[in-house]
Amino acid sequence: MVQERTVPVFHAADASITKEEGALLYEDMVLGRFFEDKCAEMYYRGKMFGFVHLYNGQEAVSTGVLKAMRPGEDYVCSTYRDHVHALSVGVPARHVMAELFGKQTGCSKGRGGSMHLFSAERRLLGGYAFIGEGIPVATGAAFQSKYRREVMGDEQADQVTAAFFGDGTTNNGQFFECLNMAALWKLPILFVVENNKWAIGMAHERSTAQPEIYRKASVFGMAGVEVDGMDVLAVRTVAQEAIARARAGEGPTLIECLTYRFRGHSLADPDELRSKAEKELWFARDPIKKFSAYLIEQNLAMPEDLNAIDQKIQAIVDDAVQFALDSPEPSSNELYRYVFAED
Amino acid sequence: MAETLLFNALRAAIDEEMAKDPTVLVMGEDVGHYGGSYKVTKDLYQKYGELRLLDTPIAENSFTGMAVGAAMTGLRPIIEGMNMGFLLLAFNQIANNAGMLRYTSGGNFKIPMVIRGPGGVGRQLGAEHSQRLEAYFQAVPGLKIVACSTPYNAKGLLKSAIRDDNPVLFFEHVLLYNLKENLPDDEYYLPLDKAEVVREGSDVTILTYSRMRHHVIQALKTLEKEGYDPEVIDLLSLKPLDFETIGASIRKTHRVIVVEECMRTGGIGAEIVASISDRLFDELDAPVIRLSSQDIPTPYNGTLESLTIVQPAQIVEAVQKIVALKV
Repeated sequence: MVQERTVPVFHAADASITKEEGALLYEDMVLGRFFEDKCAEMYYRGKMFGFVHLYNGQEAVSTGVLKAMRPGEDYVCSTYRDHVHALSVGVPARHVMAELFGKQTGCSKGRGGSMHLFSAERRLLGGYAFIGEGIPVATGAAFQSKYRREVMGDEQADQVTAAFFGDGTTNNGQFFECLNMAALWKLPILFVVENNKWAIGMAHERSTAQPEIYRKASVFGMAGVEVDGMDVLAVRTVAQEAIARARAGEGPTLIECLTYRFRGHSLADPDELRSKAEKELWFARDPIKKFSAYLIEQNLAMPEDLNAIDQKIQAIVDDAVQFALDSPEPSSNELYRYVFAED
Repeated sequence: MAETLLFNALRAAIDEEMAKDPTVLVMGEDVGHYGGSYKVTKDLYQKYGELRLLDTPIAENSFTGMAVGAAMTGLRPIIEGMNMGFLLLAFNQIANNAGMLRYTSGGNFKIPMVIRGPGGVGRQLGAEHSQRLEAYFQAVPGLKIVACSTPYNAKGLLKSAIRDDNPVLFFEHVLLYNLKENLPDDEYYLPLDKAEVVREGSDVTILTYSRMRHHVIQALKTLEKEGYDPEVIDLLSLKPLDFETIGASIRKTHRVIVVEECMRTGGIGAEIVASISDRLFDELDAPVIRLSSQDIPTPYNGTLESLTIVQPAQIVEAVQKIVALKV
């Protein structure tokens, strides 16, 4: 018998989205899913290397939070599991795939790889490969927004920053240090925990004295909420509230999204510790299936509309692979380029 | 400007750059109300406000990471390590993020930040407060490393470090903050990649930096009396090393002594000797002499501590020995 936390009740009817919004959310989640499935295929075919951490199962978090923000204007910090965050903020699938292939056309010019996706244009401050190190960087970006507004008198500087990280990170000092500073200075930031229950092979409840992560906000006097991370509308609603709070200068929010990764920690993980029963329980909560059922039930989309989106996204992902295959390797003459700002 | 103490020269550098550019700010422990552990930012918060002289909680890794994030998004933060040794706690942010991120991001972001503060062996401060992190950090790609040694170069170098678009590790020395010197009235900047020829000479090239420059100057008194004519170079830039200046001197003297305060193993001197071997081996008339601190945690006891670092008498002996060697 799998013991699971009770997921907070969310009344989907309250979300009231338009057809267009529904299509946009669905499309973004499908893009994340198809892209990652293609990555697994390419990894096993020897087209990408190193550690590759896929996001399958957690799509409602990336889509729910980032599509509620102003992508390209607001800032985002991610982790080693960063492909789908990059896609949600609008880094073209071609440029993400090319990066994974190590090509010059990649969003990090082939220098970063799977765990180090960056885009100044889309304000993706990076994928950070070590646990927790992106949280201070995100806190700095949020501080910068406050600084521009209050010190430099820039009224337009109302950008919000989202920092994504996992349950394992919340036992790390940087998490607590940055929660403290963000609350102290009322920084416009969302700390988004993707609690997928497992830090590689370490079960969340074996690593923490208080498994309910959202409660850890309370000691800093910060808003902390838990949300069904398999429900894109629930995540989106919570994110919208947190973003509004941040833009209004009312400070940070800790959002704990209860979610699950449908694959191992990385493609190198044999995934031997998670039980079949647990996996099956979470597969049944697939956020894409849940949302497509909702769209049809609410007459926000017809099955054929969703099929058309699926086909369109598959074409985008296939095109991204072709683009990556056709792209040039970085020039060996440029081995030293980008070490310094002048390069 | 009249006679100025070194800590005030640093303060003037920060003040001038902050007045000129609203994106320049200082972050760290006790940099605001308290004015910095060595008073480098004394009273600046009254002029620029608390957000520009940001007193942070004691969280070195996190406030250093915050500075990286602020720098990536267009500010020019100056981090003060209350003692540079504390920044071992920020090693990850300095190495992985400040140092490497421009490269791993394929040039998407630049990180214009200065990480400055007191380093070196003081007077019986104990091992943890007597670190020479320049040696630990020299292997990190993407960092520039500077060590100031006089009020004049402290001011000019810090101003340039603040204006630089790269992360700059800027080492001050705990025992040099009260050095005095007359500074120019006019604003000036010093290049971050140029060594200073402190004394021209022909017998031997002495390469040194930070406080050891002053030990070398003490040794000069004896050496000059004995008729020696050493050339003394203060490296100022520890990374990159100014091999134009170093090379020109070695081509003249053909003998080299390195005098450093970091430990011998993996020190700045080790890198210099290796680079001299790579580039200038044929110019040498004698093996390079390396005078470094002992490879031990700096002891608290005063006598043991003074045995740990290089003393002027050792420099005199080294010059006598290397000049006596006939080719």
